[in-house]
Amino acid sequence: MFDFTFALSILPKLAAASLTTLCVTFASFFLALVLGVPLALLRRSKWPILSRITTLIVDFVRCTPVLVQLFFLYFALPGFGVRLSPIATGLIAFSLHYGCYMSEIYRAGLEAVARGQWDACVALSISRMDAYRSIILPQVIQPIIPAAGNYLVHMFKETPLLASISVIEMMFVSAEIGADTFRYLEPITVCGLLFLLMSLGAAGLIRAAERLYGRRWRRAWR
Amino acid sequence: MDVLIEARWVILSGTIVSLRVFALSVVFAAAIALPLGIMRQSRNAVVRNIALCWVEFFRGISTVVQLFWLYFALPFFGISLSAETAAVIGLGLVHGAYGSEIIRGAMQAIGRDQWEAATALGFSRRTTLLSIILPQAFVAMLPPLGNALVLLLKGTSIASIITVPELTFQSTLVVTRTLAVVPIFACVLFIYYAIAMAVTSAVRLVEHKFGRWRPRTANIR
Repeated sequence: MFDFTFALSILPKLAAASLTTLCVTFASFFLALVLGVPLALLRRSKWPILSRITTLIVDFVRCTPVLVQLFFLYFALPGFGVRLSPIATGLIAFSLHYGCYMSEIYRAGLEAVARGQWDACVALSISRMDAYRSIILPQVIQPIIPAAGNYLVHMFKETPLLASISVIEMMFVSAEIGADTFRYLEPITVCGLLFLLMSLGAAGLIRAAERLYGRRWRRAWR
Repeated sequence: MDVLIEARWVILSGTIVSLRVFALSVVFAAAIALPLGIMRQSRNAVVRNIALCWVEFFRGISTVVQLFWLYFALPFFGISLSAETAAVIGLGLVHGAYGSEIIRGAMQAIGRDQWEAATALGFSRRTTLLSIILPQAFVAMLPPLGNALVLLLKGTSIASIITVPELTFQSTLVVTRTLAVVPIFACVLFIYYAIAMAVTSAVRLVEHKFGRWRPRTANIR
């Protein structure tokens, strides 16, 4: 039933495609990390209109499926004269979606820093900039590592959605092999196992990073 | 606007299918999550590790790949599922594994003292679990439950990839036919947002109703 020689013969193809998957994952994770910062700061803005609007946008993006957002960008952007490759569209959609998640993590991290820390900064007449840089942010980074790591793994597992806008990644390649050879069992199984291996590996790395930074943060889910 | 009026029945039928897949997957996921979450807390190491492996396995494989496998690879073993059944099973398995973590977290939030007090009062382990720990854990798991439900709702859009005629699938059909990209997808996004808002406010309502039984130690993120 399960043809091991066939499974082995398609492994190189899938491994090559997994590079695309990994590149897209890390690139959009990096962009999401960057994008999360202004969103989190805007949400904490002193002007209520600004923080309201940001909250609304962030909530909207977080409550709607990334697949529909992907389709939206893929089909709508050319209408506005923006022609992008499928990979670029995928990068934008994923970094927007997860950037909103990241902003939530940053916000929770910032709010977790005790008020007394700010008061102490004022008492010691440390400037706002210096307070952020050397007192507040170091305390924020530590607890957000596990949460951010969970989203990295989560995003990695959602990259097969890119196959539906014809990005040539693992899922796309396995579906293609299936269509060519009429054998879906082996390519999809191998693809699933590769995903399992990589996400378990990533989870292990995140746990190591967490341990490196000492403090434990309760995980609700990955 | 005309496009939306013309496509209203297609979008409505898609919404109904989405809601059906969502509801069935929630039931299936809950049926998996509860025993798994309790097994993770078992005193028996074998039971605990079986549950751990199950959870890691289903959380580690991408949902998309899992649905694809259930729909396209399972027939090679002589089991053919309809697209919707495959979607419900796949989503239920993945989110059941996520949900078991919520149940485990909620049970851990109930202090040891509850177990000790129950033992001191001569309750059996079973009775303690069923009538003392779980009711309190239920209140403690409401806050993360809202997030988990929204995650599952968004997951139902993945069912479109294995041709379940749900909201995302129907909307792409309408878009390829009418080329009205922005109104259709904007409308679909709003429908998902509205359902998500309804779900989270329902959970918040329940949370509010049971709030006074919240264990004081509960602090789950």
